[in-house]
Amino acid sequence: MIEIVRPGPLATVQDLGRPGRAHLGVPRSGAADERAFRLANRLVGNPEGAAAVELTLGGAALRFHRNTWIAVTGAPVPLCIDSRAYGTNAPCHVPDGGLVEFGTPQSGLRSYLAVRGGVVVEEILGSRSTDLLSGLGPAPLSPGDRIPVGSARGLGDIAVDVAPAPPMPETPILRILPGPRDDWFAEDAMATLTSTTYVVSPDSNRVGVRLDGPPLARVREGELGSEGMVTGSLQVPPSGMPIIFLADHPTTGGYPVVAVLASTGIADAAQLRPGQRLRFRL
Amino acid sequence: MRVLRAGDAALLVETGDLVTAHRLNAALRDDPPPGVVDVVPGEQTVLVIVDPSADLDRLAARLPQLRLPEDAAGDAEPVEIPVVYDGEDLDEVAALTGLSRDEVVHRHTTASYTVAYLGFSPGFGYLTGLDPALHVARRESPRTSVPAGSVAIAGPYAAVYPSSSPGGWRLLGRSRLRLWDVTRDPPSLLRPGTRVRFVPREPS
Repeated sequence: MIEIVRPGPLATVQDLGRPGRAHLGVPRSGAADERAFRLANRLVGNPEGAAAVELTLGGAALRFHRNTWIAVTGAPVPLCIDSRAYGTNAPCHVPDGGLVEFGTPQSGLRSYLAVRGGVVVEEILGSRSTDLLSGLGPAPLSPGDRIPVGSARGLGDIAVDVAPAPPMPETPILRILPGPRDDWFAEDAMATLTSTTYVVSPDSNRVGVRLDGPPLARVREGELGSEGMVTGSLQVPPSGMPIIFLADHPTTGGYPVVAVLASTGIADAAQLRPGQRLRFRL
Repeated sequence: MRVLRAGDAALLVETGDLVTAHRLNAALRDDPPPGVVDVVPGEQTVLVIVDPSADLDRLAARLPQLRLPEDAAGDAEPVEIPVVYDGEDLDEVAALTGLSRDEVVHRHTTASYTVAYLGFSPGFGYLTGLDPALHVARRESPRTSVPAGSVAIAGPYAAVYPSSSPGGWRLLGRSRLRLWDVTRDPPSLLRPGTRVRFVPREPS
């Protein structure tokens, strides 16, 4: 069992979310940076989809009431176990009663704490993920919460000492695929999108990364009939400022999607910090 | 039917109308092609989300060839939603439409509805079939909390709030029917294509 001493700015339980129910209005949800999340689980010998804790800008402290192994991935965050520093992207042993503390990451936004055996809060619709848009799943973690840890029986051995992770770029360049609604925008919209620098707005969250920068001009007026949305969509509301949809995005939307991130870029988008710059390329 | 790319793991199929969107949705649910993770109907589209292992080109070529069922809803009985018509906005809707309260209720209950698509929140179905005389704009300022079971209209759509949420639709009444229950499978009583009728009830 793990006791939340302090959760930092935002800590939630996440797994691979609730795919397969988007037609009922259920967002996919799940770990925003799925690549880092899967890695954390692999490092402690868990199945890749075992539930873990997603930290936002670190800052958390957790007391472990059992002897176990953890791994921290994603935003490279200073990590201490009983006041001794440990590296990320590596399995670490935590003694019974151990205090695991996180500083503030120098780059990136979301770090993942996987525990051998996974955290086993109640499943809602087949997932333990907190969905901040729809309210499905457990509430964000708060001081005093106690979250149970699953059994390590039958799990694979911990086989890796450390997983090399490339540093996070200061100004990420995200690849996009035009459409499905690029024809709703002026001809130069794609050129604007790929030739200028955008800045991450402070009101970004797990639903989407809001951007400031040159607005994208529409050529079509009127309303687009509501249609299904994918994670990584660059949806453009009337302001002309694109929003990159992340894990908790709504299942349908009525604003046109000018382009969609290549799947491999979704993890990078999930690590964008407020104020950070980014670029897009085709 | 036009098949558009929505990134490298989804296709957006333009069906031209809602009926064809529901027929394509039904065909994809009856016999899902390999790798399909989610099928999401919209007003005139169906979004098909696949896992990374799926062959998107092959799927794009296959979708327009699928045999679509004649009628997506089949001969399923409509879901009957009992409503107590005592909504906070009933007088306002009467004023906006120039109808009496009774006439608003009468028109709302005599229409037959179809769930066009779900969105906004889990289990929130956008119902088409609303009498055009009842097409009113949303409230200028949304309520911060609309109770679960609120029966509401906005634009060309009718809906029932499946859970408590903020909302800007005009409230006509309330229903005790549980549209959304996470302990049920499926959790939503409404699905794209489900037919719906509203049945007036006296307050108990």
